[in-house]
Amino acid sequence: MGWAARVRNLGRRGRVDAEIEAELRAHLEMAVEDGMRDGMSEEKARRVARLRFGNPVVLKERTVGADAVLGLDSLGRDVKFALRQLKKSPGFAIAALLTLAIGIGANTAVFTVIDRVLLQPLPYPQADRLVALHLDAPGAGGLASFSSGLQLSPSMYFTFTRHNRSFASLGVWAPGEANVTGLAQPEQVHTALVSGGLLETLGVPAALGRWFNAAEQDPRGAQTVMLSYGYWQRAFGGKSDAIGRMLQVNNQPREIVGVMPRGFRIADHDFDLLIPLAPDPVNEQLAPFYLNGIARLKPDVTMAEADADLARLISVWMDEWTNGPGTNPHWYENWRIAPHFRSLRTEVVGEVSRMLWVVMATLGLVMLIACANITNLLMVRAESRQQELSIRSALGAGRLRLARGLLLESVTLGLAGGALAVGVAWAGLRLLVAAAPAHLPRLAEIHLDGWSVGFTLLLAVLCGLLFGAIPAWRYSRVPLMTSGTGRTASAGRAQQRSRDALVVAQLAIALVLLVSAILMIRTFATLRAVNLGFSDPAQVQIMTIAIPQQLIADERVVTRTENDIADRLAAIPGVRTAGFATSVPMDGNDPDWDQMAVEGKVYSSGAPPLYLFNYVSPGYFQAMGTRLVAGRDFTWDDVYGLRTRVMVSENFARQAWGSTAAAIGKRLRQYSGTPWQQVIGVVEDVRVHGADEAPPAIVYWPAMWMSPYTRPASVASQRTVTFAMRSSLAGQLGFIHQVEQAVWSVNGNLPVAQVRTMEDLYGQSMARTSFTLTMLAIAGAMALALSVIGIYGVIAYAVTQRTREIGIRLALGAPKQRLSWMFVRSALMLTAAGVAVGACAAALLTRLMQTLLFGVSALDPVTYAAVLVVLTVASLLASWLPARRAAGVDPMEALRAE
Amino acid sequence: MAKSDLQGSLDLLVLKTLAQRGRLHGYGMALHIQRASDELLRVEEGSLYPALHRMEQSGWIASEWALTATGRRAKYYRLTTAGQKRLAAAEQEFDELVRGVRAVLTAAYSG
Repeated sequence: MGWAARVRNLGRRGRVDAEIEAELRAHLEMAVEDGMRDGMSEEKARRVARLRFGNPVVLKERTVGADAVLGLDSLGRDVKFALRQLKKSPGFAIAALLTLAIGIGANTAVFTVIDRVLLQPLPYPQADRLVALHLDAPGAGGLASFSSGLQLSPSMYFTFTRHNRSFASLGVWAPGEANVTGLAQPEQVHTALVSGGLLETLGVPAALGRWFNAAEQDPRGAQTVMLSYGYWQRAFGGKSDAIGRMLQVNNQPREIVGVMPRGFRIADHDFDLLIPLAPDPVNEQLAPFYLNGIARLKPDVTMAEADADLARLISVWMDEWTNGPGTNPHWYENWRIAPHFRSLRTEVVGEVSRMLWVVMATLGLVMLIACANITNLLMVRAESRQQELSIRSALGAGRLRLARGLLLESVTLGLAGGALAVGVAWAGLRLLVAAAPAHLPRLAEIHLDGWSVGFTLLLAVLCGLLFGAIPAWRYSRVPLMTSGTGRTASAGRAQQRSRDALVVAQLAIALVLLVSAILMIRTFATLRAVNLGFSDPAQVQIMTIAIPQQLIADERVVTRTENDIADRLAAIPGVRTAGFATSVPMDGNDPDWDQMAVEGKVYSSGAPPLYLFNYVSPGYFQAMGTRLVAGRDFTWDDVYGLRTRVMVSENFARQAWGSTAAAIGKRLRQYSGTPWQQVIGVVEDVRVHGADEAPPAIVYWPAMWMSPYTRPASVASQRTVTFAMRSSLAGQLGFIHQVEQAVWSVNGNLPVAQVRTMEDLYGQSMARTSFTLTMLAIAGAMALALSVIGIYGVIAYAVTQRTREIGIRLALGAPKQRLSWMFVRSALMLTAAGVAVGACAAALLTRLMQTLLFGVSALDPVTYAAVLVVLTVASLLASWLPARRAAGVDPMEALRAE
Repeated sequence: MAKSDLQGSLDLLVLKTLAQRGRLHGYGMALHIQRASDELLRVEEGSLYPALHRMEQSGWIASEWALTATGRRAKYYRLTTAGQKRLAAAEQEFDELVRGVRAVLTAAYSG
């Protein structure tokens, strides 16, 4: 009989049972027959045989035990027994199950997010071969941000494509917006400009139709467009005859050639339309830098080799292209451009990983505390079941069997909690996706899957083993004799010690979590107190309008139209002021970075630094609530007169001239050959990149200027601008409707897009901090509550255990306060130990979250002191209640009860 | 070194009994061992039946139900080919065990 037979036996326990019983009965009968043959009476023979035989039930169990696979079947019976045990104490079971369901569920949810966002490959074929063409350019100032580096220019795209040896294919893209007209209402949609090679690199075929071909990437070629699956459904009802139809994009008719499949994105960018970038292979210049590059590595090429390959091409690029006659192409050597490629996934995931790991670690710690509490509960339960365990032990249950029974109970508990946890995780993820916190990348890919369920299962079993191990180990070796006579003092003390250790561990973990939470709260408070450079963000309504070339060709008319819109907006009842700018704070959009030379200043590096540019209308600063520090605002005469006037930010003025007042009337210019610009006003610093980033020095240009970027310089308006208006009605639906009407009364073909308040933008920029804060605050509160319960449990149990001792002490005249103090003191000792351990752990662990903090050190003494006070008060309260009960013990009753 | 210990000797006794007597039921085995050992060894039923079932699963012995001489249904065991090999190995191990124990005992006496 092999394994197969054993397994088969599992399924027919009844038959095997019967067979063994028959075999044993036959044995007994034969023994009786033989006894009678030897002259015994039947009765005596039977008794002798039975005596020899021993306990038939035990014998049967043992024989059956040899028949089942590793005792799997009796395992099933133990599980049933475990369930029955849990049903007998529903209060305990419900408390434990809820704790587990929430604890495991939260962990599963975060694990799922981490798995989908950080661990799973991006949804492209062989996604591990995709790299983001990230360029470092430490000399390029604000043009190269830490997160996205220096972006690529169209000329770089040509040089890299033509000469690289590392990539199977390479493409560039840029996000954008476009107006679609001629379908229903004019609508502003998200676009992605894509070069040749980009779709080929990503490798996802069109769901319908085809990709762009080479001819369509020629600036003089056919004008085409591709649709996202979502836009195709929305605008064309998913009909396949959309292919070949014309779409008015920025008043330019384009033929629809393809539809990309559902869920397809470029890196993490959701788009409605794909439009060919169509760069000019001959006439491009070195600048501008606004494209993101994605490439697919050749099979044997490493990232470092690709870096080296492209590093060689940077100077080739400067040899091949120019910014026009009279400019030095190798000027860009000042920027120290160097390739620093990374996997596309790293680029997409970005900084979120740190936050997610912090949240995961946090919830893991809360889970540990929860496990410690359940362990304590299980130990108390095991203690009260000591008698039962002794009896089972006396009846022949082995130590292993008892331990297995106890472990099974806890694992069963864990699994039941895990089952509920799947529901909790599912609901949690739905909430998370709906709330879309902190610009979580790849949000659409997040859903519960086999991995999550597997993780839940693993966690549930681990938790079960974890909180079952200590009671199982302790109580399975119950000495037989202790059953009736009550516990011995030493056994009680050993168990009290393990409970104490658990409480110390709980307190230590709680301290770590509380410190993290308070650090985040202080970070948040510091951020809220920061002067943003604009005021009352909830009262500033903003919306974006783009005027395409094909709708209004004349630059002056564009500015005129924008001026008209601003006037109509200001005329809406309740609007105090209105203005517009190319970019508003925290919209994630830097209009331009370029060098700016102050008159009379000699720059040590040879070239003046790069400054952030913004283009603003008169009244914009007032609408935004940005204070004028010196001088005056632009007037419409400055704008239409193309007067050489600029405004600067406060920090720019102080850097250049020492004070804001001194700045007025001073001159600066971009580079030789461009006219000097006179400073007419200074405004306060604005934290345009978020509350936690220092405000950059900004040069403000009028909304219309002589652009030096064309040859010869020409009048240029700002075609995409964001309007800001200050009103107490901001954000209300009726008000937004009035805003739309005001725009359409000027031009009915202009879609009103991205209608928000500044508060929305501000909230988004704070999202990462407030999300981490919320998670840590919840975790810290849970940890505190669980630890308080833990301390209460331990002290309360100690009081019941020592009732008799208390009685004796009282009878001998011990003062009641001394007795209460005895218990409170032991709680304080535990707290002290927990705090000591926790403080060390926190000092190490909080260093990991330094990047999430702002204006507060990870070792902030105020935070540590606050947590110390909170934990001490909490443990005082938790121990005071049971200690008071100790003092209330009636000595007579306590002694009589024993 | 002999793997065998005293617990393993029950396996040896059962295998040997079956080798000598052919087909036999549990009760018969217990009786045979008792008689053959001049009443020195009494096999406990509590050990015998679990051992029989364990050896059956190891494939050393096979069983079938049959009638006894007195017309009672009983489960008869017999040695399999694997069981014969196992018996040879077990006998050798037991010999080594006895020699080893004996050697230790004599050494203790002479020393």
